[in-house]
Amino acid sequence: MFLRTVLSRLLTTLVTLFGVAVVVFVLVRVAPGNPIAMMLPPGASEDDIAQLTALYGFDKSLVEQFFIWIGGVVQGDFGTSITLRQPVADLVLSRLPATLELSFFALLIAVAIGGVAAVIGARRRGSPTEAAVDLTSGAVLSIPDFLWGLLFVLLFGVLWPVLSISGRLDPRLEFDFLTNFVAIEGLLRGRFDVAGSAFSHMLMPALSLALPLAALIAQLLKQNLKEVLIQDYTTLPRVRGFSETQVILRDAMRNAALPTLTLVGVQFTFLIGGTVIVERLFAYGGLGNMAIDAVINRDLPLIQGIVLLFAALFVAINLLVDLSYTLLNPRLRHG
Amino acid sequence: MADVSLQTTPRVRSGRRNLRLWLPLAWITTLGLAALFAPLIAPHDPLYQDLFLERLPPFFMSGTEPGYWLGTDSLGRDVLSRVIYGTRIALCVSLIAATATCLVGSTLGLLAGYFGGWWDRVISRLIEIWMAFPPVLFAVLLVAVMGTGLTSVIVAIALIDWTRFARVIRAETMVQAQMDYVDSAQIGGARRLTTLVSEILPNVLPSIVALLMLEMGIAVIVEAILSFVNLSLSSDVATWGSMIAEGRNAIHFAWWVLLFPLIALFLTVLSFSQLGEGLKQRFDPVLQ
Repeated sequence: MFLRTVLSRLLTTLVTLFGVAVVVFVLVRVAPGNPIAMMLPPGASEDDIAQLTALYGFDKSLVEQFFIWIGGVVQGDFGTSITLRQPVADLVLSRLPATLELSFFALLIAVAIGGVAAVIGARRRGSPTEAAVDLTSGAVLSIPDFLWGLLFVLLFGVLWPVLSISGRLDPRLEFDFLTNFVAIEGLLRGRFDVAGSAFSHMLMPALSLALPLAALIAQLLKQNLKEVLIQDYTTLPRVRGFSETQVILRDAMRNAALPTLTLVGVQFTFLIGGTVIVERLFAYGGLGNMAIDAVINRDLPLIQGIVLLFAALFVAINLLVDLSYTLLNPRLRHG
Repeated sequence: MADVSLQTTPRVRSGRRNLRLWLPLAWITTLGLAALFAPLIAPHDPLYQDLFLERLPPFFMSGTEPGYWLGTDSLGRDVLSRVIYGTRIALCVSLIAATATCLVGSTLGLLAGYFGGWWDRVISRLIEIWMAFPPVLFAVLLVAVMGTGLTSVIVAIALIDWTRFARVIRAETMVQAQMDYVDSAQIGGARRLTTLVSEILPNVLPSIVALLMLEMGIAVIVEAILSFVNLSLSSDVATWGSMIAEGRNAIHFAWWVLLFPLIALFLTVLSFSQLGEGLKQRFDPVLQ
């Protein structure tokens, strides 16, 4: 049964990705502005224009263009960027690590802040402390990442300038990277100055992305913890003399965490979606920043590639969350 | 002790709930008045550039000029006047775009949830495809396709965010469709569409209203984001988003150009979401 669930979910995932491909393909092609004309110097001959148009396949019919593109994508060929004149696959893969590092760092921060707030709220349930957790998380939740980012730019970039407000790394650092995972590679190869610089550049954008999710985790996990804490099985450890905090961390957390986990998975895709504007705000060299440039420059193959990659990332995360939920929840295993 | 807490809890709650409604309403009313009477309130022309008065700091700093309470930007335009005029676009976008989004999304959600079958299959598939797009990138792409301008911004918001309504309303409609009162309306001979509109719609309305409020806040943000990447309105209109974009660029010379529209955005987004929550609690019979 489990295998059948996996297969049917995989199939719907592929259908979704195909749908995304169709939508983005049609969208970028109804856009006004001829990308070829933007590449050539003024006064280029008709011949040059025709040649370049043929090179990028824009002389064929839309349906033909679509299937040529999809045929390539299936083989890992995403076409060539018009403005950067490099294979889209290479460009996109070179930027992906930056976005992944930022997203996972943000996720880590969100889980840490949200988790601590939830435990404190559940520990002091019914007290003004819990009301304060509720009030703060409610307010934090309704402010989106873009506004947090702007606020941090003002606070830690200008009024109290302790953090860099743009880029990914201090340009003065000299280091030969083997990968584009700057922070992780710095850590693993013992160059803590590099890793430190990378993390301090990521801190503000990551915090902007993390805060709304942290508030959501705080609310939901606290609610789940409170529900678990009135169950009978948490009485025994209390009687045995464990403190309330110990009961929460040792006994209640295990059962309260599962529903929270599902939500975090889905919300993580929203967080990744937020990187697009947050990267722009902090001039952080990730996929999202590249995507906005690609739209402004009418770089059709690059836009298509980036959108498809984001979509693949989203559906993969959703798939993993669904499957792990099925695996972790015994009640659903024989559905 | 137990009795005391039982008695005081509801009173504290309703007091807080009222505050939750009245504070946001007060702020939004202020915005509405500012938008309506902008030419009367604003001390200066929001577009007038005075290069002799560029980057004047706000009133609480030294080196100010009387009459320019919140300072001026890099082109010598009055920040306070621009914030006041900016309420026009902010409210306009939030009202029209959120209503359009709400209409599209709620209709599709109701249809999918009540009729099921092919309706549900097609609409659910569309939702899934839409959710696989990063929303900001989607918005930027749509406005690039349609060309900049107020209409494009509004259409883009409706085309992207309808899923927020459709998902929630679809799920709630499915729950309502199982209820006995729906069956009795059917047995009474009501047409299915009539049942949907006159029986189910009133029951999902609280959620629709709460989402609508939330969407109004989101619409203001989306406009600001599009302004930020230079894709919203032309520069001869004062918007909070364009002020923020300029403020970000001039951040080391005139941070107040960013600060004041940012405060306005914070309060507006917070107000709409609190209003949504408050209204939902007020209308929800279970929570009362």
